[in-house]
Amino acid sequence: MRYLLVEDNLELAEAVVSRLALDGHAVDHAASLAAAEDWLATTEYDLILLDVMLPDGDGRDFLIRSRARLEVPVIVLTARSQVSDRVVALDHGADDYLTKPFDFAELEARCRAVLRRRRGSARNEIALGNCIFDPVAGTLHCGPKTLELRSREIRLLEVFARHPGQILSKAQLMDRLFSHDAEVTENAIEVYVGRLRRRIGDMGVRIDTVRGLGYRMEAGG
Amino acid sequence: MIARAGRASGSIGRRLTLLLAAVAALLSVMSWAMVTGLARQAAERTQDNVLAASATTIAETLRTERGEVRLELPYSAFSMLGAISEDRVFYLVTAGRETLTGYPDLPVPTLDVTPPGRVVFYTGSYRGDEVRMASLTRVVLLGNEPLRTVVTVAQTRNGVRALTGELSQFAATLSVAFFMVAVGLSFFAARTSLRPLNEIAQAVSRRGPSDLRPLKRPAPTELAPLLDALNRLMDRLGQSIRRSEDFIAEAAHRVRTPLATVRAEAEVALRSIRDESARARLRRMIHAVDESSRSAGQLLDHATVAFRADHLAGDRLDLADLARRAVEALEPTAAMKDIEIRLYAEPAEMEGDAVLLDNAIRNVLDNAVKYSHEDTAVTVRVERMEKAARICVTDEGPGLGEGPTERLTERFRRGGNVEGIVGSGLGLTIAADVLRAHGGRLVLRNREGRGACVSLLLPSS
Repeated sequence: MRYLLVEDNLELAEAVVSRLALDGHAVDHAASLAAAEDWLATTEYDLILLDVMLPDGDGRDFLIRSRARLEVPVIVLTARSQVSDRVVALDHGADDYLTKPFDFAELEARCRAVLRRRRGSARNEIALGNCIFDPVAGTLHCGPKTLELRSREIRLLEVFARHPGQILSKAQLMDRLFSHDAEVTENAIEVYVGRLRRRIGDMGVRIDTVRGLGYRMEAGG
Repeated sequence: MIARAGRASGSIGRRLTLLLAAVAALLSVMSWAMVTGLARQAAERTQDNVLAASATTIAETLRTERGEVRLELPYSAFSMLGAISEDRVFYLVTAGRETLTGYPDLPVPTLDVTPPGRVVFYTGSYRGDEVRMASLTRVVLLGNEPLRTVVTVAQTRNGVRALTGELSQFAATLSVAFFMVAVGLSFFAARTSLRPLNEIAQAVSRRGPSDLRPLKRPAPTELAPLLDALNRLMDRLGQSIRRSEDFIAEAAHRVRTPLATVRAEAEVALRSIRDESARARLRRMIHAVDESSRSAGQLLDHATVAFRADHLAGDRLDLADLARRAVEALEPTAAMKDIEIRLYAEPAEMEGDAVLLDNAIRNVLDNAVKYSHEDTAVTVRVERMEKAARICVTDEGPGLGEGPTERLTERFRRGGNVEGIVGSGLGLTIAADVLRAHGGRLVLRNREGRGACVSLLLPSS
């Protein structure tokens, strides 16, 4: 997936870019509307994350201007939170709306939800051994068999799929999977990994426990 | 709160009506007096004319015969008097100092000075009644002596009085009727001429809370300055509202942007830090950031609700649509906990403020998702009842805790079982305020077994 992040707060932008990169997404960053126009002129994107208050104008005006020629879904990121702002942003053609400060896990969840709703050209399949995993649709195809996964299972499998053969600690998985609003213990990770194992066990995708360190996924073993 | 506009200093309409009615009363009295006066004059003149004709008729029969003045009293002389009224008639004919015929005690004044050939009228009193007299002097020759003869015919004035009285009463009735009609007309005139004013007032009060466009409507010249002033005021008001909205947005932006940076940095740091106590500290930091940004947001929303509740927008809306949109918006968040949101909605159209109702539904649904356990379901039902509509949100969470559930809608009050969950204590307050403004209410109860059921009850049109 290729994202365009239009955000003038450089620290925040950097954090968002690095977080999305963990999922294997390529993210271009534009610090102004002018820069965003430049990127859009040369690159095809799957999703735009758009800040509202930018140094060279209002992100919503940009949204109205470009909605006519842009097919790309847009999620508005804004520090404005008033009731009417949300309505206005959605009326102007935004696909979703996220108020700053936001949870990265929620940002990812919303990106996925928007991509799923708008799914068309966007395909983001990952090969796992003999299987094809589509994290947007949440399906795992292995030969004739198709498995529909639930939200957290998709997320967990995606994290493993992005780091094949790599050991992921429970803490790392927690950071990636859960909103920090929620009080989650490492036990929950064990529960989820256990559940995912059972579901994909007969598809030839294996998740091993590396004692004391975490988990590792081996595909096609 | 809507402040009553000052103390009413009288009413223009009433003042105008009273003024016009006073003029009408004056005109009525004047016309009555004139009609009465004219009627009396006309009646008196008629009597005078007939008296004169009668005296003339008698005087014409005066002649001298064998050294004596003789006369006849023609019947017609009296019958013409009888024709105008039933009044009694008296007469007196004198020749020199001698009474020829009639009532000698009829008080005919100063007969000597009356020029001959002309009828002179007097008013006097005879036998207790007021009488009107007409005297005609003629000079006849008795032998070679000229002799002044005076014919006086008198008639009481009761009939004339009665006639004028009748006419005056008729005139009075007419005047009263005229006055009544005039009062009605002045009331109507006052109303009509004040109608543009009322129309402007209605046009202003019909408007929605954010409609500050200038009033463009034809108005009478006299109201143009008022309309101008009103439009200038609305322009200034609009500017100041825009300024304060911009200010709030800017303030929120200023507060939230660094918070967003702090939160993002903390999340990045979490990725690279292995030390468990440092991680716990970072999580607490993130939690605090979320608390403060949520409180800021909810406080602003609460203020918005308080402002808009006084000036509800009357949008035609379908609660099912609002619920569907709220569910869509919260689905990704719910999916993070593998919570399924089920929506069963039947169309429920009503009139209300879409922005506020949307906010109320979102707050209730957000609560349900927030407090629900993982892998559970939240159910949203939109039901249309006879005179009301209900949105029912049920969850399988820990419920509302012990104690009276009504208190949960109090400001900054949170349940006793919400530890560790980000909240401002304003969500249900906002929802309850919105419903109250729409004439509805929020009903909170614990479900049997587990979970809570929050109902938004709204009267529907």
